[in-house]
Amino acid sequence: MAEKTIDLTLKVWRQESPDVEGHFDTFPAKGISTDMSFLEMLDVINNQLEKEGKEPIAFDHDCREGICGMCGSVVNGHAHGPQEATTLCQLHMRKFHTGQTIVIEPFRADAFPIVKDLVIDRGAFDRIIQAGGHITVRTGQAPEAHSVPVPKKKADTAMDSAACIGCGACVAACPNASASLFTAAKISQLCHLPQGHPERNRRVIAMVQQMDKEGFGSCSKRYECEAVCPKEIKVENITTMNREYLRALASSGE
Amino acid sequence: MLDAKIPNGPIAEKWTRHKFDMKLVNPANKRKFNIIVVGTGLAGASAAASLSEMGYHVQSFCIQDSPRRAHSIAAQGGINAAKNYTNDGDSVYRLFYDTVKGGDFRAREANVYRLAELSVNIIDQCVAQGVPFAREYGGYLANRSFGGAQVSRTFYARGQTGQQLLLGAYGALMKEVATGNVTLFPRREMLDLVVVDNRAVGIVCRNLISGKMETHAADAVVLATGGYGNVYDLSTNARNSNVTAAWRAHRRGAWFANPCFTQIHPTCIPVHGDYQSKLTLMSESLRNDGRVWVPRKKGDKRPPNEIPEDERNYYLEEKYPSFGNLVPRDVASRNAKEWCDKGYGVGQTGVAVYLDFRDAIQRDGEEVVRAKYGNLFDMYERITDENPYEVPMMIYPAVHYTMGGLWVDYNLMSNLPGLHVLGEANFSDHGANRLGASALMQGLADGYFIIPYTIGDFLAQAGPSGADPDNSAFKAAEQEAAARITRLLNVKGKRTVAEFHRELGLTMWEHCGMARNEAGLKEALAKIPQLREAFWEDVNVVGSEGSFNQVLERAGRVADFLEFAELECLDALERAESCGGHFREESQTEEGEAKRDDDNFCHGAVWEFKGVGEKPVLHKEAFAFEHVHLTQRSYK
Repeated sequence: MAEKTIDLTLKVWRQESPDVEGHFDTFPAKGISTDMSFLEMLDVINNQLEKEGKEPIAFDHDCREGICGMCGSVVNGHAHGPQEATTLCQLHMRKFHTGQTIVIEPFRADAFPIVKDLVIDRGAFDRIIQAGGHITVRTGQAPEAHSVPVPKKKADTAMDSAACIGCGACVAACPNASASLFTAAKISQLCHLPQGHPERNRRVIAMVQQMDKEGFGSCSKRYECEAVCPKEIKVENITTMNREYLRALASSGE
Repeated sequence: MLDAKIPNGPIAEKWTRHKFDMKLVNPANKRKFNIIVVGTGLAGASAAASLSEMGYHVQSFCIQDSPRRAHSIAAQGGINAAKNYTNDGDSVYRLFYDTVKGGDFRAREANVYRLAELSVNIIDQCVAQGVPFAREYGGYLANRSFGGAQVSRTFYARGQTGQQLLLGAYGALMKEVATGNVTLFPRREMLDLVVVDNRAVGIVCRNLISGKMETHAADAVVLATGGYGNVYDLSTNARNSNVTAAWRAHRRGAWFANPCFTQIHPTCIPVHGDYQSKLTLMSESLRNDGRVWVPRKKGDKRPPNEIPEDERNYYLEEKYPSFGNLVPRDVASRNAKEWCDKGYGVGQTGVAVYLDFRDAIQRDGEEVVRAKYGNLFDMYERITDENPYEVPMMIYPAVHYTMGGLWVDYNLMSNLPGLHVLGEANFSDHGANRLGASALMQGLADGYFIIPYTIGDFLAQAGPSGADPDNSAFKAAEQEAAARITRLLNVKGKRTVAEFHRELGLTMWEHCGMARNEAGLKEALAKIPQLREAFWEDVNVVGSEGSFNQVLERAGRVADFLEFAELECLDALERAESCGGHFREESQTEEGEAKRDDDNFCHGAVWEFKGVGEKPVLHKEAFAFEHVHLTQRSYK
């Protein structure tokens, strides 16, 4: 690690609550170590603001190792910032240079109301999963794990889709604010596994309906979602979802 | 001495017999009971989902915006189960044996046996839920080995096992939310436990968005609120993990056991700056293929790839030939500290050792190594800007897991009737050191397979609580919590909450970290009350109580850590022996290993709260080892 420091200007979205208008505030960020993570840089700014008796910038975060899906903002127009396949908490300041202005905004979508500053409400994602993003199995009635072999390739494909962290970057990047990639990842994971087959028709119909009901837009194949996804979830998942949807419509009942 | 209510009979039959002996609640009556579950990690989500499936009404609380974000999600390496799929001699008994020994004989045998027994059901359950475990070409599940065991019994989903298991449990929970039987309360922080007539009957929590106080009543309360590793400020825990729920329950009468049993994980990315907000774990699974070493020459500043083989000290392989790099975590951590303290550490700070994949890459090829650990290597590179395929990783131990927690009996109920404690928040199964891939196992065993039975036994006997949120006990607890928040906001001092947290963390790491001694612990015990006093006189909590206020959230948590830290140090001082992760410098073997004192300390130290700054009362639960006989642990 070759540590150095850089000076930046931050333009940050501030919004007190969901129902008031927001605006940009400008802060100088001087002497930022390039070994800091983006969120550690915000910590430093917030510590200064607190010292001045001012309210710090509200932003969501938790694990700070790129897996919980809690963090995320649009940084200079990119959801999670400029580095590919990286959550905001794993983005480091060595990706920026001195003199740069960094514009930080929340993930914007009608279905993700702003709570405060950069914090949003992603409850809509929970409701999509409630609609069918699971396998209906009770605790205690599972058969021996080896009774149903799953071809390795299928299991690997399911795992690729299952890697989704539910951060919402795909929605923020989509011009239609579509939740297709998020929804498709779960549908795809479960339809690639034999355990998911009994409910596949019911699942895809219910999840797609819920996605629409939450106010997310449709997919018009801009592929922006794939470009910003920190876990590299592929748009092929959306193709799978569409195929599953047609299949479900064509079949009668379960 | 405390009664753990361990059932009679041979160890292998205790749980089966107990399941039959416990009272049942009939299906029509289950609908009449309300259960509060706080926390939605593996233990909380699996418990809430399973209890709802059985017919109970469940209220599920979490501090994050969604239950899917609980910190179980960050577990990387795997989950143990005694399936013996690899035909290497594993069995329920061996997993039980390894866990008791790995915990350095400070766990309850009956609990550990049950955990090993249930481990096989967990894998079945998770597979049925669609958890995409790693598989072999034949379509069967793959296994790998982990520290502290000589068999391969760890199931995994790349380096994201915790994520996949949690999403399975979260899916089950969402399924139950859809039925209307579980009510979700996200972004709620539990600030107090409500106790009426010596029974836990509800909680006080703060709505983190509106700032409003809420009270919730129930017939039983289940805490699955994780560990207290963030008392050290820097740890591998998520930033928002905290001790508040457990500590508030402790203040209301639930006893706290073995708080000094903390686990320092050997393979984490080293500290590099004072702005640092967290330490990142590199999965223990890396020790399957990575070799740990330091230069043989003190202060050798050559780049690692220029240090020839005979000048490298693979100290774990040399000292522990049978377990090598796969010794348990406490042993691996202490050895890393020892070599760095002696001046052999590497990197800019000299506080790191190498974890080298050169030989694995030469043997298996980069592609094979990438398939196993690719995401971990990528994460390492993002943080450090170094490519671990080309240069060895630098690692150092960091606080990771806490074995201590609220005391529970065999039924996972605390000494307070109606209060049940699951997962990392309780104390029961891992003794003084947890083996890798066993936390996920315990969280899910507690939530899927234990609490659904034992809570029924409690409810069948105790009946409805009749608790009413308008009752004076609820009002009083709510007012107390609100007054504390007002007090925090009114200090209006000069120092930030983060500054106090950092100072507390440094004190704890220095005096109650990887090595502890009487003088250091006494120093910490003198310093912590001063720091607590300074906090309440000089902290600056900006913003208001009636809004989303992250500074206020953290202030409350740090205030509780400042009380809890004193108990942890006191427990470490009283336990004048070494065991597992609790290493008292005064008590070591000639070879520098932890030396237990079974005559005086073969017990759980269980503390009763008597007031802030007052000495708590010590109760003891004697541990009997009838199956795994007390011996000095050896991994040579």
